[in-house]
Amino acid sequence: MMDKLPKWADILLVPLISLLLAALVSALVLLAIGQSPMQALTVMVNGAIVSPYGWGYTLYYATSFIFTGLAVSVAYHAGLFNIGAEGQAQLGGLGVALACLFLPWPHWSLALVGAMVGAALFGAAWAAIPAWLQAKRGSHIVITTIMFNYIAAAVLIYLLVEVLRPAGQMDPASARFPATTSLPQFQDIPGLQSLFLRYAADGTVRLNAEGLPLYQKVPANVTFFLAILACVGVWVMLWHTRLGYMIRAFGKSEKAARYAGISAVKITMTVMLISGALAGLMAINNVMGQSERLLQNSAEGAGFIGIAVALMGRNHPVGVFLAAILFGFLYQGGAALGLETAIPIELRTVVQGLVILFTGALDQMVRMMLGWAFRARRTV
Amino acid sequence: MMGAHDTGRQASAAPFAIELKGISKAFGPVQANKDISIQVAKGSIHGIIGENGAGKSTLMSILYGFYKADAGEILINGRPTTIPDSQSAIRAGIGMVFQHFKLVQNFTVLENIILGAEDGPMLATSLGKARKVLADLAREYELDVDPDALVEDLSVGHQQRVEILKALYRQAEILILDEPTGVLTPAEADHLFRILRGLKDQGKTIILITHKLREIMEITDTVSVMRRGQMTATVKTAETNPEQLAELMVGRKVLLHVEKQPANPGRTVLEVENLRVVDEQGVERLKGISLSIRAGEILGIAGVAGNGQSELLEVLGGLTRGTGVVRMNGKTLDLTGRHSDGQSRRADGIAHVPEDRQVLGLIMDFTAWENVAFGYHHAPEYQKNGLLMDNEAIRRDTEAKMATFDVRPPIPTLAAKNFSGGNQQKIVVAREIERNPDLLLVGQPTRGVDIGAIEFIHKQIVALRDAGKAVLLISVELDEIMSLSDRIAVMFDGRIMGERDPATTNERELGLLMAGVSEGAA
Repeated sequence: MMDKLPKWADILLVPLISLLLAALVSALVLLAIGQSPMQALTVMVNGAIVSPYGWGYTLYYATSFIFTGLAVSVAYHAGLFNIGAEGQAQLGGLGVALACLFLPWPHWSLALVGAMVGAALFGAAWAAIPAWLQAKRGSHIVITTIMFNYIAAAVLIYLLVEVLRPAGQMDPASARFPATTSLPQFQDIPGLQSLFLRYAADGTVRLNAEGLPLYQKVPANVTFFLAILACVGVWVMLWHTRLGYMIRAFGKSEKAARYAGISAVKITMTVMLISGALAGLMAINNVMGQSERLLQNSAEGAGFIGIAVALMGRNHPVGVFLAAILFGFLYQGGAALGLETAIPIELRTVVQGLVILFTGALDQMVRMMLGWAFRARRTV
Repeated sequence: MMGAHDTGRQASAAPFAIELKGISKAFGPVQANKDISIQVAKGSIHGIIGENGAGKSTLMSILYGFYKADAGEILINGRPTTIPDSQSAIRAGIGMVFQHFKLVQNFTVLENIILGAEDGPMLATSLGKARKVLADLAREYELDVDPDALVEDLSVGHQQRVEILKALYRQAEILILDEPTGVLTPAEADHLFRILRGLKDQGKTIILITHKLREIMEITDTVSVMRRGQMTATVKTAETNPEQLAELMVGRKVLLHVEKQPANPGRTVLEVENLRVVDEQGVERLKGISLSIRAGEILGIAGVAGNGQSELLEVLGGLTRGTGVVRMNGKTLDLTGRHSDGQSRRADGIAHVPEDRQVLGLIMDFTAWENVAFGYHHAPEYQKNGLLMDNEAIRRDTEAKMATFDVRPPIPTLAAKNFSGGNQQKIVVAREIERNPDLLLVGQPTRGVDIGAIEFIHKQIVALRDAGKAVLLISVELDEIMSLSDRIAVMFDGRIMGERDPATTNERELGLLMAGVSEGAA
């Protein structure tokens, strides 16, 4: 019986106002540490959006966040809170590394398919154990997935130091992947290439020794398009397949699902395997597409940011996509702040925290206030 | 503030306990209450009756300060009163017992009673005082509850008593009860009515909201009828009858009795032998049930709630495990849960209208069309190109079912929670009956369903029987069992006490069996 907001206001206005509030409080924080909010905003926008170089980074981060955001969302629809995307993404990285290092690939496109299989398999396998413990033993998945993040980190350190590290190398990392597995980055893609040309001071294109043009290197790569496909795939799966129907039914009411003959064990296992596979696929972006070797702590927190992305994107693929772009912007913009101003890079974390606070935790507050506003307008 | 209008007191003798004048309330385009005026005499039991969605609950929520009326005036004991929140309602002497109790499950009775009415920072004084008051109330009104019992350990009937005690402890003079018998057994309901009469004798005013005509006739002094947000009539209970009230409620003549031809039973559809169920706590819930149902007959199971009826439905519906033998159309069903679930039972020709539609039968957040596919999401006509579900086909099917079963509003994309109880039940019944099952398991088909819908659902069940299908009907409403069943089996303590022919038995005989008094002893 509660007064409801119009749908457009609920979907667009609420997150926008929440973001504005987050920006406002961030500005206050900046003022408090004696910095200019306007300058910070300019630097962030310039650093993350305006130049192709900037959004080449923004979209790179966003790609990782889309995969982990989808991973969290899919599990959430079954009523499962997968906090383990971080560990699953690291294991996905292991799958990518093994596929790239130990199988001969004639061309990057084939390597991509192989690495995807490796990433998805390893990510899913890492999610399978907590899923099994939840389905069969009732061990709470929040606890087990968190613990599995630590186990994943420890397993990878061991493997990187003792097994995968080439003899004589100092840092705990695998060997560099063969050149045939190198994914095209945005500056290598024919249609996008011209955006990344490097110019000399006089406005002419800079050339290399052989007289070919030079390009700026950005980490965004073809995985971005895979991420878009993953969004479409998740949307179709959740709302247009029987599996998705069963997942959502189970997530809404486990008891009713039993009445309908939907098996708790099967759904828990299936959904967590899908979730883990999605998290694992993130490694295509960072391990195969960017670093081209497996590093320690390869996921760099993207698994946790996926939780925020899912929360802000309301567990819908479109929302996840948009939220991932926003967080990509914050990530890259924050890095630019650290480079170009006296504002500490840690402020990036503060701003992210505020965005999560306002869009995730406090959006009911915004919704309530909007409700008042709409009611007032109606009664006038 | 409240004394400003004291002039109203001079004229008549006793002012009304509650007087509402021209109350209106709209939710967006929906006019939930339209110009409602009502006078409730002090020390009387006043019934408010109406179908689900007629606006009864909204009116009471206004009186209890949950909603603010758009227009109108509230007078308590003749004084104009504004009730902006429930605290003010309590101060004005109004107590409310909700349909869904608002108790803290893991608190004791005493702790629940004082919650929000503590006398100070230390609990001991409040608890001591409450214990004394409780003992007095228990003596006065037959309201005995163990003050130290945890609420979660209490039966529903006792939990309701705690709610009433909570209101009385806060010195309520006016008690509003919203559908209080919806969750009670007949015996518990009788007890509740004794309590209410006792309260009335002490001068308390009681407003009883219900859609059950029998209760209105049994206990109220005056009854007001609501339909579509308006108060259509207020009459003295002694001067009216159920048929007239039903007509006032629904707006047309209603058949209160089920019309059906004699049964024409055919082959045996379901055979149950020595069926046993042990629950998770290790308590034996079904202690060797044997029964059979033939095609074209309705077997009614009577009994006080909690005597194994739910377990019988659940084990036959594939939701719980059991031991014994169950044969469906001659095929022995798996009872271990290893090779069977709700899905395989449907494949065996068993449809199941569960007792609790909101917990089992529907997913409240799902749309109507998603709920129509619920449990039948494997049906071939709901699939397309192998992998995808044919949402469009399900929506079309839902539209057809909504038309046949007169579900209102007929909007397939509306969430189940936005339908009234009767229409929710129609969605479930439509889904299960339209599959044309050989056996329909149906539990409490009309619980929380308004009269118009009850008549309709009963007709559908009888029609299924006349089409040569078997029906197992479980209900705590004895009227329903007696008017629908072709045979009646009575359950008590996990056993079948005996079987009766509805044509030759009576409520007294069934009541004895329901209480566990077996044939010889009676």
